[in-house]
Amino acid sequence: MPKTKKNDTDAILRVEHVSKTFRLPTDRRQSLKQTVLSLGRTNYDQFKVLRDISFEVQRGEFFGILGRNGSGKSTLLKIISNIYSPTEGKVELGGDLTPFIELGIGFNQELSGRDNVFLNGAILGLTKKQIQEKYDEIVAFSELEKFMEQKLRNYSSGMLVRLAFAIAIQAHNDILLIDEVLAVGDANFQQKCLNVFRQLRRSGKTIVLVTHDMGAVEEFCDRAILIEDGEITMEGAGRDVANRYRRINFEQLTDGKRSDTGEIVMRWGNNAATVNKVWVANKPASTKTKLITAREFTLSIDVSYNTDLQDPITGFQVIDASGQIIMGLNSKISHFPKTDRKKGDRAVFEWTQPNILKSGTYFVSATVHDYGGEPYDWWVEAISFVVEREDDTSALVLTEHTLRVEEKKK
Amino acid sequence: MKNYLNPKQRSLLNALVVADFKIRYQGSVLGYLWSLVRPLSLFAVLYVMFTMVFKVGDQIPHYGVYLLLGVMLWNFFTEATNNGLSSLVDRGDMIRKVYTPKYAIVLAAVFSASVNLVINLLVVFIFALINGVQFDLGRLLLAPIPILQMVIFALGISFLLSSLYVKFRDVKYIWELLLQIGFYASAVLYPVSLVPEAFRFILFMNPVTQILQDARFAIVYDGTHTAISTMGSYAFIPYLIVLLLTALSIWYFRKSNKLIAEEL
Repeated sequence: MPKTKKNDTDAILRVEHVSKTFRLPTDRRQSLKQTVLSLGRTNYDQFKVLRDISFEVQRGEFFGILGRNGSGKSTLLKIISNIYSPTEGKVELGGDLTPFIELGIGFNQELSGRDNVFLNGAILGLTKKQIQEKYDEIVAFSELEKFMEQKLRNYSSGMLVRLAFAIAIQAHNDILLIDEVLAVGDANFQQKCLNVFRQLRRSGKTIVLVTHDMGAVEEFCDRAILIEDGEITMEGAGRDVANRYRRINFEQLTDGKRSDTGEIVMRWGNNAATVNKVWVANKPASTKTKLITAREFTLSIDVSYNTDLQDPITGFQVIDASGQIIMGLNSKISHFPKTDRKKGDRAVFEWTQPNILKSGTYFVSATVHDYGGEPYDWWVEAISFVVEREDDTSALVLTEHTLRVEEKKK
Repeated sequence: MKNYLNPKQRSLLNALVVADFKIRYQGSVLGYLWSLVRPLSLFAVLYVMFTMVFKVGDQIPHYGVYLLLGVMLWNFFTEATNNGLSSLVDRGDMIRKVYTPKYAIVLAAVFSASVNLVINLLVVFIFALINGVQFDLGRLLLAPIPILQMVIFALGISFLLSSLYVKFRDVKYIWELLLQIGFYASAVLYPVSLVPEAFRFILFMNPVTQILQDARFAIVYDGTHTAISTMGSYAFIPYLIVLLLTALSIWYFRKSNKLIAEEL
């Protein structure tokens, strides 16, 4: 079924002007004696963790909340899931919410797998009936059919995670709220999680993902907000927000260092691979240039691999002068088959595409990163180039087109 | 009441009580019987002491049943309030990570003890039959009242203590002390008739004394002292104390409820 156009009344989660201040005594009192002795002269430190946060999540949307550790995103998560109450503002829910903050909350080692499904399910806010209905699915998903009557302490850690994940995924309500659980488990399991997310996304479930993993936001989120120091600093398409976040991260990493020419150095990564060179060329002329005038152009990235790497991904973004990302491709999107690289390998990726860019200046950011989006080398605005064309537009892009007019005589 | 005991919360309550039970007797051969052993052994010691050494039991018909009922009710009171007191802190991990109706956790703790109480009372009943207690149907029908009052009282105290315990860990030690004193201040083991008349009024100010005596009146024999027979028109005081304390506890619990997750 095609997604219907959403309107404002379709918001399933509405966060309105939420602020949160933690009042912590400077010296935490733990005993009654201390309280009595210090009565009337308690000093509090005020921590304003969230400031005036407002956003809406539409039904069926995959929504991202992105922010670094300490940005306040976990506090926001706890306010949305009603664990903390906001100091100001309110949260409105248009459905039942299943929080997925930690796997297997309340799991008890001494109880059987079956008992734990019911316990954990109830803790996640499901009725006994709902759990009974979904029990078979949960067991099937966890692939633990033979172990359900076993005590949990006989489970391996992998089995535990599988069971916990199965409950959270199968036994959820209208809204699923997920907190960086992707960080746990082995690569195999993470892959399984990602597959589930893709499925959920396709099935039109409402999901709120709280994370610092820009790769996940980029891949899954229709929309996202970026939280910095307790404030929303950006709201937009998942990809755009992820990019902004990448940039902030990297500015912080490089400490805003400037090159000799005074430019901010905008490059980071763990050096497992290096982007050597980036260039563009008119098609079919194919010589390196700074000026694109043809109907088609190529964009090339020269990469060398400094260690053995499993399926690294190479990609680029074309950003216009206002900072908008106009194009973005990577080897995965372009269906380049998975290729493992050896240390010392080198490759040049060349993309050919119609020139849809209107006249103006553009920047190219180039990257090599791992499958999860963790960059080996992320080079922001590696090069710039200029587009000049006769047929121009005031719109964002100008696509290849034809026009047919049929004159109607009176 | 829409926000209380909806199907979800009932499921949670149920799951917590069931899990609590399963965990408690996990891996023990006697299983549930262990929860009978504790009050029964206390009873045995007291019975021997008070019938053979001090011989106070002779003054009351069916002193064994009288004592056993008191011990079982007192045992419930300590178990329920101790469970209740630490319930929020024990489940702190859960409260911090998922929205949990806090009252359900306290309720579950007291309910677990209540299930024990029901089974223990059955033991008292069987013991009473063996002992030849002549039940009076009219009085027996009154028995649920003090028992229910006991559960409400324990629940009220648990609400107060559990939320205080989140902030002040001293509460646990204070409560232990109070229970120790309470055991002797609650007529669990001695007949009220042994208490000098001047002190009986004070003794009955304690709701636990009133509850125990009401239960004994209903189940064991009608000659026992009750709040009504002792305090006359002031007999409403212990009932009122239960009511006020429970109201205060619920008020305080609701007040601190919002911040519990942050303070844990």
